[in-house]
Amino acid sequence: MNWTWFHRLGSPPSFYRFAERLAPWLGVAALLLLAYAWYGGLVLAPADYQQKDAFRVIYVHVPAAAVSLSLYVLMAVAGAVALIWRMKLAECVMIASAPVGASFTALALLTGMLWGKPMWGAYWVWDARLTSELVLLFLYLGVIGLHAAFEDARAAARACALLAIVGLVNVPIVHFSVEWWNSLHQGSTILKFGKPAISADMARPLYAGLLGTYLLCAYAILRRTQNELLLRERGTRWVREQLAAAAGNRDGGAHVS
Amino acid sequence: MSPEFWSMGGYAPYVWGSFGVAAAIYLWNAIAPRLRRRAILDSLADDE
Amino acid sequence: MTKRQKRMVAVAALVAGLALAAVFGFTAFRKNMMYFYTPTDIVEHKVAEHARLRLGGLVTVGSLKRGEGLNVEFTLADCEKSLPVRYDGILPDLFREGQGIVATGQMKDGTFVADEVLAKHDENYMPPDLAKSLVTADGKHSCAPFKSVMRAAG
Repeated sequence: MNWTWFHRLGSPPSFYRFAERLAPWLGVAALLLLAYAWYGGLVLAPADYQQKDAFRVIYVHVPAAAVSLSLYVLMAVAGAVALIWRMKLAECVMIASAPVGASFTALALLTGMLWGKPMWGAYWVWDARLTSELVLLFLYLGVIGLHAAFEDARAAARACALLAIVGLVNVPIVHFSVEWWNSLHQGSTILKFGKPAISADMARPLYAGLLGTYLLCAYAILRRTQNELLLRERGTRWVREQLAAAAGNRDGGAHVS
Repeated sequence: MSPEFWSMGGYAPYVWGSFGVAAAIYLWNAIAPRLRRRAILDSLADDE
Repeated sequence: MTKRQKRMVAVAALVAGLALAAVFGFTAFRKNMMYFYTPTDIVEHKVAEHARLRLGGLVTVGSLKRGEGLNVEFTLADCEKSLPVRYDGILPDLFREGQGIVATGQMKDGTFVADEVLAKHDENYMPPDLAKSLVTADGKHSCAPFKSVMRAAG
């Protein structure tokens, strides 16, 4: 098998240019999908037979909860790659995923509270699902804090990778908590086997929202990885070229205005 | 949009609150990396 | 072994060790992580009076009686057993016969006296006219989410 493409992508300047070309497309696609998802969720989808209009919180809650778990897995896998292969790009991807994942974990918790109050009757309960999702937020914040506490980038990445891998045990707990334990939280709708748990006209905006949120996360992580690469590789020739290009753009803009 | 739409069957604070928080988080994720890039480029340019 | 292979083994061992520790931990603590007991647990195993606990189940269809003020009485059932419940307070919007709920309170003379009632909705979403054409439309929800704590503990 030919691995040259992989090694080329793993080199910071190639990845930087690859991200530079890919990110705008991801951003546009995410914007279109999310616009449809929110319009569909708020206007097109009918109200639920039981929860009426309160069920519409699902269109922001479920995508946030889904990426909160997926990004953690990405962060831990990037951490493992960074530990084993000492790959600089993997270290940057790992630390780039943390703030994005943390923000969506917080969003899942907040929208869940705003959904729980009118439907369950309480903003918060200490059941297995809610507690383990809160632990997930603390793990993300731990990685961010640990990274900030180190002076040396390599040592920081190694410590963060270990914490990310250790926290990986929490991911299946969050996902299966509603099946393993009695909980107030309901089971999974979209990953349920058998008959569909959600009608088609309600599901379409939800799937668009899921895809759009994943694309937005990809966009944010690519951009943040670029930032980390610029910092880590400062002083190298390719970063100087980027600096010169950025300065040129700014001067060009100044002349026009 | 009609008043019924905005009232969300009486669940307006919860539905609009959720979508409001979501809008803030989505926007932050879209914009924050760009602002940080500008800050990094500026600080690196000063170091040169 | 090269250094890289050693690191690979170390990471794999870390993940395996953590997974094993998690499995042991959760087998030991499964009972403590349960959010509520079911009527079967209470009926089959004697619970001390005045011990505060949570009870989860489906409100039996046809059992709801509204008393004076906010007072309500109904029976709560899982897949096997049922238990009478008394509650005086504000009910959540989703409360109705056939609905899953979780009540907090204590046993008093064979009746569960609740001081808080939360609704536990399921993972199915559909418009009202579709719900009417399905079997679930008569308010029947699955009793499957109400798992016996005692049996899970083994």
